[in-house]
Formats: sequence, structure tokens, C-alpha cells
Amino acid sequence: MNNIQKNRLKDQIFKVWGIGCTLFALILLAFFIGDILIDGIMRIDWAFIIDLPSRKPEKAGIYTALMGSIWILFLTTIIAFPIGVAAGVYLEEYSKKNRLSAILEINISNLAGVPSIIYGLLGLEVFVRIMGLGASVLAGSLTLSLLILPIIIVATREAIKAVPKSIKDASYALGASKWQTIWNQVLPASSGGILTGVILALSRAVGETAPLIVVGALAYVPFAPESPMDDFSVLPIQIFNWISRPQHGFIENAAAAIIILLLITFIMNGIAVYFRNKWQKKLK
Amino acid sequence: MAKEIEINMETITEQIPGKLIDPSLKKKSKIEVKDVKVWYDDFNAIKGIDMNIKPNTVTAFIGPSGCGKSTFLRLFNRMNDYIEGFRMEGKIKINGDNIYKKKVNVEELRKEIGMVFQKPNPFPKSIFDNVAYGLKIQGITDKQLIEERVIYCLKQVALWDEVKDDLKKSGMALSGGQQQRLCIARTLAVQPSIILMDEPTSALDPISTAKVEELIFKLKEKYTIIIVTHNMQQASRISDYTAFFYLGELIEYNKTKTIFTNPEKQQTENYITGRFG
Ligand SMILES: Nc1ncnc2c1ncn2[C@@H]1O[C@H](COP(=O)(O)OP(=O)(O)OP(=O)(O)O)[C@@H](O)[C@H]1O
Ligand SMILES: [Mg+2]
Repeated sequence: MNNIQKNRLKDQIFKVWGIGCTLFALILLAFFIGDILIDGIMRIDWAFIIDLPSRKPEKAGIYTALMGSIWILFLTTIIAFPIGVAAGVYLEEYSKKNRLSAILEINISNLAGVPSIIYGLLGLEVFVRIMGLGASVLAGSLTLSLLILPIIIVATREAIKAVPKSIKDASYALGASKWQTIWNQVLPASSGGILTGVILALSRAVGETAPLIVVGALAYVPFAPESPMDDFSVLPIQIFNWISRPQHGFIENAAAAIIILLLITFIMNGIAVYFRNKWQKKLK
Repeated sequence: MAKEIEINMETITEQIPGKLIDPSLKKKSKIEVKDVKVWYDDFNAIKGIDMNIKPNTVTAFIGPSGCGKSTFLRLFNRMNDYIEGFRMEGKIKINGDNIYKKKVNVEELRKEIGMVFQKPNPFPKSIFDNVAYGLKIQGITDKQLIEERVIYCLKQVALWDEVKDDLKKSGMALSGGQQQRLCIARTLAVQPSIILMDEPTSALDPISTAKVEELIFKLKEKYTIIIVTHNMQQASRISDYTAFFYLGELIEYNKTKTIFTNPEKQQTENYITGRFG
């Protein structure tokens, strides 16, 4: 066997191995989703969405948890989006490149990898106790905002970095100020990347359970939150609660709620992919 | 300098709304360079240059790669200011005012001194918005004025006939040569009096190059143009004056004809005849 044949063989082996691994992951995922669908799909109807929690599985619905999740998403977005993007723009465009900014940079990347329960502890201390917000939707949203800020900052910086320098040069050369250049050229050209990052970060936030439990989100709330200061529950906590009950009916409920949660994250990820494609086309 | 320009811009936008002001009516821009030195950190890129440039002429900067042509060119609109480690000494006066004085408003300066880059760099926006950008950032909202100016500038660069039916198309969808002419139109829209061009045709095919050269020839009536080029034929075809740089120094600066037919320095002759560089 000569060298070319050897290389071809290696190529083939690697290809088969790669396909095998991909298939394995996909099959596992399909199996998991299939299992959940079988358990839960029949349980999903309009009543399931709008019913309040109940001790009887066939009467219980996800309304309070779903509303809690929506409140959390909404508040987290309006807190984390502007702060994260502003911080990313500052770090990328304004801050001087010195030792301090290098340390800052490394730490922000590291923060993105800190276990979420640590954020929960921070939120419990700062928002719930010191600021006296209690176990409210607002305290939960602030905690999740901290959790996803590093992700948004890093995504913003990456997106801004990808804007060609030649575009900025052209803007400056026409007499634009730094802010005008950022606002009219840099942000529009990087908006797809930034939005992708924000949406992925938010879809992580909807799925978070641990930090919210630490902050004091409840497994059972009688009503959906009506203001940022109200008690709340969220879908993942509701699911966790149902799964730990003995009755089979609750297992069905949990599966149904998982389907809804998956649907929400799939839709969010779909939107993110859409923006990314659009953005890549724009910068050719 | 900054003050004069400000007054200038006001007359354009306020006193004659909707009207196009002909750049040839504007003040002529005389450039004086006095003992200019530039460093990038410890590297001395420009080693003391004196030079005067007359209004309404085309001046070509030539010289081997790395001799400091682009660095020197970018001094005139202060585009080096953003480069880390950049430091400069000396004076550059435009109409008698030093543009490196503390009080100078760099944004106003750049409206007076346009720049065209080596690689065509249209914005990822429509053709119309590309040309209108310079006006928009000046806060001009008069739609009619913007439209007139965009059309006028596209006609100036002979792009109008090619794009008039799809002004909404992205500027990046044009061919390289069209993109470069779009970039020139975009620069003209701000109505500068000086235009700096850094190898504007080096990324273009021969036909597009000829079009841009023709355009430069025409623009000379109204603007002062400085062009960096590696193409000796181009320098001799389009420029009135030629400056030869070598290792950060201005070796020879004279009428283009003299430089190409009867250079004073041996180095210049060697370079233009292709014996080095
Ligand atoms: N941003 C920078 N940082 C450090 N050194 C630089 C920088 N830009 C240019 N230089 C150096 O300054 C010198 C002059 O560079 P410049 O780009 O002005 O040359 P040039 O004559 O335009 O060359 P070319 O014909 O290749 O474009 C070169 O030695 C280059 O390495
Ligand atoms: Mg150069």
C-alpha cells in the first residue's frame, strides 16, 4: 500500500467515525424527545396552559410557571441587553488596551464559565437580602441577568470585532465622530451577531433552575406574578416539582411541560440562527 | 482652520438649502508641511519632511514599499491618530493653520479633506445611503438636498447611468471598479477641497483603472488631489507634481515631467526606471 492509499484509508476511517458519532448523538436526542412526546403530547391542551397549579394532576396546569418564565425573560432582557451591549461596546471600542483591560477581559470570559448556583448565592445575598427585594421576580431576573451578562458581553465583542476596519476607516474619513461611527456602521453591521448572542443567552436563562431556587423561587405559587415584586415560579422548577411526585399523572404533566419548555428554547434558537445567517450574508 | 471650515459648512447647509455649492467656489487649499517626523513606537517612519502643495493640482507620491507614503498621506486628514504608538512632530498647515494644533476639530477637518482607500470599502448599505452617509452624519435632513447631491456625485464619477435604476441595491453588490467610483462619489458628497487617494486603482482591472484616472483628471479642476501610486505610468499620466520617498525621507519633489525625464537624484532615476524598489 503506498502513501496515497494509506491517506485515503485514514480519510475513510475518520469519515465513518465522524458520521457514527454524529448519528449516536442524534439518535440519543431523538430517543429522548420521542420518549417525552409519547408521555406528554396527549396532555397538552389549552386548559393545561391556562390552568393554575392543583393537587390533582389532571386539573393542574402550567399557567403560573409559564407566566413566571415570561416575566423572568422579559425583565432579564430589559436589564441584561442594554447593559451587556453597552459594556461590550465600551470594552471593544473605548477602553484603552492596557493591563487592566486585559485582566477585565480574562475575567469576563471566566465568569461565563462560573457554575450558575454561585450566581444564585450572589443574588440571594445582594438582591434578596441587602437590597431587600425578597424572593421576587425582580430579584430572580437580576440574578439571571448577572448570569448571562458575560455571555452577552463576549458575543457583542466578537460581533464588533468582526466588523471590517475598512468600514470604520471610511466612516471616520468622511468626518464621522466615534459615536456616529459606532451607531451608524459598527452596530448595524454587528447587530445580527449581537442578537444571536443575546437570544442564545436568554434561552439559557429560561432553562436555568438552580440559581432561582437559591434566590427563593417557589415550587408552588397560587397566582401568576402581576408585578416585579411578586413571588414566582418558573417552568423548570415546576417540572422538577412534578417529576418528584409519585402519581403517574404528574409524570405526564412534567413531560408535557418539558415539551413546552423545549418548544420555547427551540424557537429562540431558531430565531438566533435566522439572525446569524442574515448577518453573515450582509457582511458577505 | 477649524473655525474657517465651520463657517464654510454653515454656508453650505444653511444659507443655500437645496442648492449645490460648487467646490471650485470654495477657498483654495494650500498645504505646507514643515519638518514633519513620525514614529510608530520607536520606529522612525518619517524622518523630517518639508513640502508645499499647490491648490488644484494632482501630486503623486511614489517610492518603494514601506517608505512611508501611506503614513505621510494619512497625516493630512489625521487618520494616523487612532494607530497605537503613533507620534508625530512638526507642522502641517492647510490654508495657514496648523491642523495638529490642540483645538482643531478633527471631524470638521475630515469633512474638508476626503480620502479614498486602496481597497474599495463601500458600507454594507444601499448605493444611495453610501453616498448620502456623509451628509446624514452632518445632521442634514433636507431630503431634496440629499437626493440632488447624491445624483450629482454619482454623475460626477460616471456611475449614474450604471446604477440609476437600482439605487437601493447594496453598494457591496457592485463590481470592484464600480465600488471604487462609489467610494469616490461618497467622498465628493461631503464637498472636501482636498482628496487623498492611497493606491486607489491597485485593486482594479485596467478598464476600471482608466475610468478612475479619467475621473481624477476631471476632478483636478475643483479639488487638490494627492495620490499614492506604485504605477509609474499612472503617476506620469495623471499628476502635475511627483514626490519620491525613500526610507521615510523625501528624496525629490518636482514637476512630474522633470522627475520622469530629468531627475536630479540618482536614486530617483533608479527607482523610476525600475532598477530597484
Ligand atoms: N500601524 C503601524 N505600526 C507600526 N509600524 C507601522 C504601522 N504602519 C506602518 N508602519 C511602518 O511604517 C513604515 C511605512 O509604512 P507605510 O505604510 O507608510 O509605507 P508605504 O510607503 O505606504 O508602503 P506600501 O507602498 O507598501 O503601501 C513601514 O516600515 C511600516 O512597517
Ligand atoms: Mg501604503
